[in-house]
Amino acid sequence: MNVHLRQSEAVQPVESFRLGNGLDVVVVPDTRAPVVTHMVWYRNGSADDPAGKSGIAHFLEHLMFKGTARWPAGEFSKIVAGYGGQENAFTSFDYTAYFQRVPKEHLRAMMDYEADRMTGLAFDESVVAPERNVVLEERRMRVDADPAAQLGEEFSSALFVHHPYGTPVIGWEHEIEGLSRDDAFTYYQRFYTPENAILVVAGDTNATEVRKLAEETYGKIAGTGATPLRKRPAEPDPRAARRVALSDPRVHQPSLRRAWLTPTYLSASDRDEVFALELAAEILGGGTTSRLYRKLCVEQEIAAGASAYFMGSMVDRAAFQLSTSPRPGTEMDKLEAGLDAALATFLAEGPSEVELARARTRLVAETIFARDSQSSLARIFGSALAVGETVEDVLSWPQRIEAVGRDAVVEAARRYLKPDRSVTGLLLPSA
Amino acid sequence: MNAPIPVAPLSLSGPALKVQTVRSAAGIEAWLVEEHSLPLVAVDFAFDGGATRDPDNSAGSAYLVSGLLDEGAGDLDAEAFQGKLADHAISLGFDARRDDFHGQMQTLSSHRDTAFELLALALNAPRFDADAVARVKSQVIAGLQRQAQNPETLCRKALFAAAYPGHAYGRPEHGDIDSVSRMEPAGLKALSGGLLTRAGLKIVVVGDITAEELSRRLDQVFGALPAGSPRVLPPEPIAVQGLGETHVIDLDVPQTVLRFVGPGPTWHDPDFIAASVLNHILGGSAFTSRLFLEVREKRGLAYGVSSSLLPLRESALVIGGTATRNDRAAESLAVIREEMLKLANDGPSEHEVEEAKRYIIGSYPLRFDTSPKIAGELLNLAIRGDGPDYLGERNKHFAAVTLDDVKRVARRFFGDPRLLVQAVGRPVGLA
Repeated sequence: MNVHLRQSEAVQPVESFRLGNGLDVVVVPDTRAPVVTHMVWYRNGSADDPAGKSGIAHFLEHLMFKGTARWPAGEFSKIVAGYGGQENAFTSFDYTAYFQRVPKEHLRAMMDYEADRMTGLAFDESVVAPERNVVLEERRMRVDADPAAQLGEEFSSALFVHHPYGTPVIGWEHEIEGLSRDDAFTYYQRFYTPENAILVVAGDTNATEVRKLAEETYGKIAGTGATPLRKRPAEPDPRAARRVALSDPRVHQPSLRRAWLTPTYLSASDRDEVFALELAAEILGGGTTSRLYRKLCVEQEIAAGASAYFMGSMVDRAAFQLSTSPRPGTEMDKLEAGLDAALATFLAEGPSEVELARARTRLVAETIFARDSQSSLARIFGSALAVGETVEDVLSWPQRIEAVGRDAVVEAARRYLKPDRSVTGLLLPSA
Repeated sequence: MNAPIPVAPLSLSGPALKVQTVRSAAGIEAWLVEEHSLPLVAVDFAFDGGATRDPDNSAGSAYLVSGLLDEGAGDLDAEAFQGKLADHAISLGFDARRDDFHGQMQTLSSHRDTAFELLALALNAPRFDADAVARVKSQVIAGLQRQAQNPETLCRKALFAAAYPGHAYGRPEHGDIDSVSRMEPAGLKALSGGLLTRAGLKIVVVGDITAEELSRRLDQVFGALPAGSPRVLPPEPIAVQGLGETHVIDLDVPQTVLRFVGPGPTWHDPDFIAASVLNHILGGSAFTSRLFLEVREKRGLAYGVSSSLLPLRESALVIGGTATRNDRAAESLAVIREEMLKLANDGPSEHEVEEAKRYIIGSYPLRFDTSPKIAGELLNLAIRGDGPDYLGERNKHFAAVTLDDVKRVARRFFGDPRLLVQAVGRPVGLA
């Protein structure tokens, strides 16, 4: 989701610039509350994990809290907490990000620390094994406790037969078990550089202040002279429909998902197709007025829920996904036939003008609602820049969505949502 | 070693919000925070009487009503009503919480005519059409089935059932499959009539709207609701039961979900503020709590571990837990117990108390940086009977907490080592 900014009293236009060492900076002023959100994004995520080392991006994210030469483990967390701040970090396929949310007067301390942590990480072997266990517990909590999450992993592996987007962000259990301190430092030294990072500050500040503070902190880090390269195997174009089913006695409510690979804003030869796919997803599965919800849940009364998901802001490939689950008592075959028919009708006839207008309104309105939240804005700009988009891409997103015509939606949907490009996933009770 | 970051003086003033009290011609009262820098309006409101006041044989009925108010009202059936919401990008939602029935509306200020009109219809003339009731029932039942074997959900339900046996607080808020299956349109309509009254109604509005306009809108939306009396009498006050017991639900998963409860303070307990400081030290949200350090950082036993105060209207708890591998579940629980006992016997250090106070005071502004967050915070104040002036006083209460206060509440709440413990999984060595 992107954002539409309009100049007003408290919410000023976004500004961006680059420091001499290559660090990109984005400032999103919002003076309504005296707090700031400070984030550093690195242009590397789990899809950049070396072969056999799945989970290293995420494991390093955990180890980044284990101290630097300047600040022993836990010291900075105490400082952040003493300011009433919140901190955390997250890893995705294409990026890793660290953030603090603090009262505005503490912005410089956050920048000082985060700059230190960009190159000054220092910890010994003793913290590695307990933290690896923490990550294994995190994996057990997120995946082993949940059959739907297990199907999700298998589903992604089927969707991406070669590209590392098919590997879980947290890593496979047997590879996490083998991750070492050396693995973490090798990875850290490759990717944690000013040229590979984006600083985003949103909230009660301005570009002049942030530029000064950034020069005094991040600006002291020597650039390496080059941006690290992502080296990823390319995904071949799919040629066969695939099915993945997981049956488990813990499943009492079955579900069905189907996905297709598509281009992304960054990788598309024709970006208009990606905007069209955003609208197709909203029309097919955005809320209770969407095509699939009306057909499956309301008219045919065979589904309890139906939705669509599309995220075009990825580096290499995106997935366009539909999900539905049966009303209690409905057979899965019948649900799947209903989904097939609803999709076939959509591809044959396209959306109505009412559906198209509604989808445009809702997507554009989301960008206005997003302006209410400095942390949402920080995430929107940070993730966009981290995958290789620009501030201008984010700002022009609503106009691009407004400009998509009905024919473009139909053509993009027909090109990518084909049976022989699809993966279908079934979550089933044990027989 | 660098010089420590200087400790900044604490600002004790609360968020700089101008809260107006708006009273309509018909006598409806609301709190308003005018904010015209973004073209948005957020409305948050609560009716007295939530899920815990469902009739004994119809657990989940208020929750079902919450899913039906936007499924058709007045002359508009569900499709027409939701179509109008979607065409104007209006977000409208209801939720049956334990002690209140909560509603939220967000709109672009340019669409507020339609938004207030639809909100008024939803509250004054909900239809409960048979097909909509069947659809939403199927969704609630599908949700219950989806959660049926989820370790977290199983654990929470069993814990509350054991803590409050035979009491409304012990029942699942969403009901069970039997109770939901029995519900019929006529009964739900009657229930909503008794629920949506002006008795105990609290309203907060934040955003691009003037007091003069809001006064009219209040009458448009709420003015025609019956004066009413509270839905039914609140549940009897009850102390947490089952202390000293450990219950295990066997589930074939590699990780045990552990939850514990003990007695806690209600909102209006004079020890509530000091107990909040105590809880922050034990298991609060920063990466500095004793449980975080002992369970996660030192021993690698779990990804997440925390505790919190849970004040209910007629009872109050300290509640906490973690998820940890089966063969170390007993160790995790022992560590948690030990930290609580240490606090009861030795108290925290002066430094811990000061750091906790700094966090709690310093982080207060982070709770007021978006319109929905501001509205939610104010609504909670209104529900528990505090006025807007509490915003300016809250930090002073925390600043006044002494080490002796925290020691005293630690003895009071943690001095009795008996907890009610619920585990789900295959824990080794847990009674």
